[in-house]
Amino acid sequence: MKALAAVNDFVVKFANVNGSGSASANALFAKSILRMGVPVSPRNIFPSNIQGLPTWYEVRISGDGWLGRRGGVDLMVAMNPQTWDQDVAEIEPGGYLFYDSTKPMPASKFRDDIHIIGMPLTELCNSTYTDSRQRQLFKNIIYVGALSALLDIDMATMQNLVGEQFRSKEALLQSNIQAMQIGRDYALSEFECPIGLRVERSDAVKDRIFLEGNSAAALGAVYGGASMAAWYPITPSSSLAEAFEIHCNKYRRDPDTGEARFAIIQAEDELASIGMVIGAAWNGARAFTATSGPGISLMQEFLGFAYFAEIPSVIFDVQRGGPSTGMPTRTQQSDLLSCAYASHGDTKHVLLFPEDPKEAFEIGAAAFDLADRLQTPVFVMLDLDIGMNERLCEPLQWDDGRFYDRGKIMTREMFERGDSFGRYLDVDTDGIPYRTYPGTHPTEGAYFTRGTTKDQYAKYSEAGPDYIENMQRLLRKFETAKELIPQPVQRWTDPPAKIGVIYYGSTAPAMDEAFEALESGGISTDGLRIRAFPFSDKVDDFISSHAHVFVVEQNRDGQMRTLLINECGVDPAHLTAVLHYEGTPITARFIASEIVQHLVSTTGSGLKSATST
Amino acid sequence: MTYINKPKLAHPNAAVNELGYTRRYYEGAVSTLCAGCGHDSISSAIIQAFFELSVEPHRVAKLSGIGCSSKTPTYFLGSSHGLNSVHGRMPSVLTGANLANRDLLYLGVSGDGDSASIGLGQFAHALRRGVNMLYVVENNGVYGLTKGQFSATADSGSKSKRGVVNTDSSIDLVGLALQLGATFVARSFSGDKTQLVPLIKAAIEHKGAAFIDVVSPCVAFNNHAGSTKSYDYVREHNEVVNRLDFMPLRKEITADYEPGKVENIVQHDGSVIRLHKVDDDYDPYDRIAAMNYLGDHAAKGEVVTGLIYLDREPQDLHANLGTVTAPLNSLNEKELCPGVATLEAINESLR
Repeated sequence: MKALAAVNDFVVKFANVNGSGSASANALFAKSILRMGVPVSPRNIFPSNIQGLPTWYEVRISGDGWLGRRGGVDLMVAMNPQTWDQDVAEIEPGGYLFYDSTKPMPASKFRDDIHIIGMPLTELCNSTYTDSRQRQLFKNIIYVGALSALLDIDMATMQNLVGEQFRSKEALLQSNIQAMQIGRDYALSEFECPIGLRVERSDAVKDRIFLEGNSAAALGAVYGGASMAAWYPITPSSSLAEAFEIHCNKYRRDPDTGEARFAIIQAEDELASIGMVIGAAWNGARAFTATSGPGISLMQEFLGFAYFAEIPSVIFDVQRGGPSTGMPTRTQQSDLLSCAYASHGDTKHVLLFPEDPKEAFEIGAAAFDLADRLQTPVFVMLDLDIGMNERLCEPLQWDDGRFYDRGKIMTREMFERGDSFGRYLDVDTDGIPYRTYPGTHPTEGAYFTRGTTKDQYAKYSEAGPDYIENMQRLLRKFETAKELIPQPVQRWTDPPAKIGVIYYGSTAPAMDEAFEALESGGISTDGLRIRAFPFSDKVDDFISSHAHVFVVEQNRDGQMRTLLINECGVDPAHLTAVLHYEGTPITARFIASEIVQHLVSTTGSGLKSATST
Repeated sequence: MTYINKPKLAHPNAAVNELGYTRRYYEGAVSTLCAGCGHDSISSAIIQAFFELSVEPHRVAKLSGIGCSSKTPTYFLGSSHGLNSVHGRMPSVLTGANLANRDLLYLGVSGDGDSASIGLGQFAHALRRGVNMLYVVENNGVYGLTKGQFSATADSGSKSKRGVVNTDSSIDLVGLALQLGATFVARSFSGDKTQLVPLIKAAIEHKGAAFIDVVSPCVAFNNHAGSTKSYDYVREHNEVVNRLDFMPLRKEITADYEPGKVENIVQHDGSVIRLHKVDDDYDPYDRIAAMNYLGDHAAKGEVVTGLIYLDREPQDLHANLGTVTAPLNSLNEKELCPGVATLEAINESLR
């Protein structure tokens, strides 16, 4: 039997029982490898349950720095009897199965093309600990200790991490280190260590940081000046709102009085959440909500109101599998159309597509400037893959000289010097009118904000010309947005390729890897990563510069492709959809294989080598 | 409705308030509601209350939902910012607005369809959060703009204009407000301005969630025999528990009243609510007793009006959240952005 052999390039998957305390042990495993300078990309795979049901943690170790999901499993740590069969089946031939051998398993439960590493974890644990909770928790630490030996992970690095975690709790620190040592010693004495899969110290991590997209986006909201947040709990966005509260408690309290420079409301539903955001923003505070697809559905009427009455608001949509309750704990990019055209009537909204936590922070902060400048809702389109997984990314950056762009605001001083004001007057021909905050001036600047049609002075009007003028101005404003939004990131080969690939958001890490796979398979491709809607003119240029354009996305209906066809007037035949929507993050293997298969079927060329990564 | 434009200039001898403004300054556009609509009387009471309190109109934000009642903010306080939100969602917008700037006065105007049907949830949650506001429901038991359907406050057994009998139980917003923790709860009648104006004034000065349910007959669709929200019915069944005078600042109290019939309630800011008891046994500080009283009288078909409940130590949402005294919308980069040095430390903690 062959044995998989790889250094800094393999996938370990932990199959655990939810609520068994495995999360912190598994995170310790991933972070230890990071501290050895080797990039890792972990992903939580969990059903919609709290306790007792299956949960997985999949860690890709990639010395080359590929952060997308790879697919396949080289070492399975099978700690959940409920999912044993599917877990064992998932292991690559020649791969490894690590399991708790305290209770004997029938031979039929194994495969003969994989390597079995059985360790009596329960027995080791029970002989050391008497407390049942300790027996449960330390079992996880024991297997992490064993993995350090099996994969050649530096024990001192691991111990340092535990030391940081339990800095002020000496007793806990010692018992964790002891458990780790038990596992390591057993593995060293009973198995040939390391196995074919090994971690070797490297310097590929550099100064990069490791954090979840939701936490990064929330930090972006703090830096971007949001002082009001309203939300309703919904997976996978709840941790964004909760992170905002944690960050605010740390960084947003008056140093003298301890009073809050923020207000956070857990609302009664998503309608109230967006209503509060609109109320706060109308009144001059920067405000946001965090939600997911079902929440977006509920907010539709209010989003049309904010568009039509021109009230800035920021919506973080951490997308999950839809429609309906769908796959609440799985990732998708399937809210594009319901956000881009949210509401009844004719509307178009600004969407932003961060690729990772670093951009979730940057774009999360920039969204508030954009919303204020454009006086309209701005959607930050995250997804579960970015939001709820720790991802390696460049350090977060800020400039202390940066000022918030509050947009076109008529101040008391401007009224005092006699400036004229019409709430919906397009004075600068960019479609963006001036607004006033309530309470600005005793006699000037008050107006009635309404969802009904109005004239340029905010006066109720059902006159057709007033309506048309307003709707056309909103389109001009959307044109203006094109210049303000984050521009697409492009990748051009030299000479330019015939094939172009368009992608966005959490597909980026898998796409980066797929580009290289295609290249090494002899398929030259250019790439364009969309970072915002409305589409920059560069998107049109890219499409017209390539004979074949693939649009890679994580939904069933090719929603970005639809948007491109609809907004750029592209011939649908020009855009080929590459769609991955079964709930797990898209992989480079999938993308490369789809593209190659399409090319083979349309051009007949044999380019299959590109699929083998 | 009237098509006559209001003259812009006030009579030179018109009375002015402490700010030097005439009552006209507190008015808005000409009403487009039906002649005789109870809502216009309420708008007039609101104008009177703000005028008498000498409030700077631009320090007021008036918000509403959708419906006849929600159109009325156009007809008063023309120098205030207004926001006509979506149906049933005024409370959330008002809550957000209030959080952004705690220094303004917030007036929410809604109707029985807006608050008791589509917006019942938001009505409930704004009150239970203790948003510092005056929430007025102009309650006519019927949908006016869509021409006469029952609303959720229509009493069981009452008849529509077309003779249909309502079989659903009615929602009593006053009862709900008491249960939900509103700290100022009153009911009045659009046809009784002497009762309504002081209630509005006291509610404006109240530093917490104040709710006034104003029964306001719909002359077009709900002012017939068999309706329990008609002018005649309310006049005949109005069970007034008390009447108020409201004095904004502590002034010498000179008038003589029969002992035990009058109580002066001094508010935190020094203003005084003078309560004239009509029903000697009615205690407006006892929330539970108030709920029982309402239930007993509702069973007899009576409409209890007056100051139904007052919490003399109200706590508002800002106090609960511990927000800074400066309005959140006045904070700048320096106060909101933690800066580069902090970000460096955050980066370091994530390696």
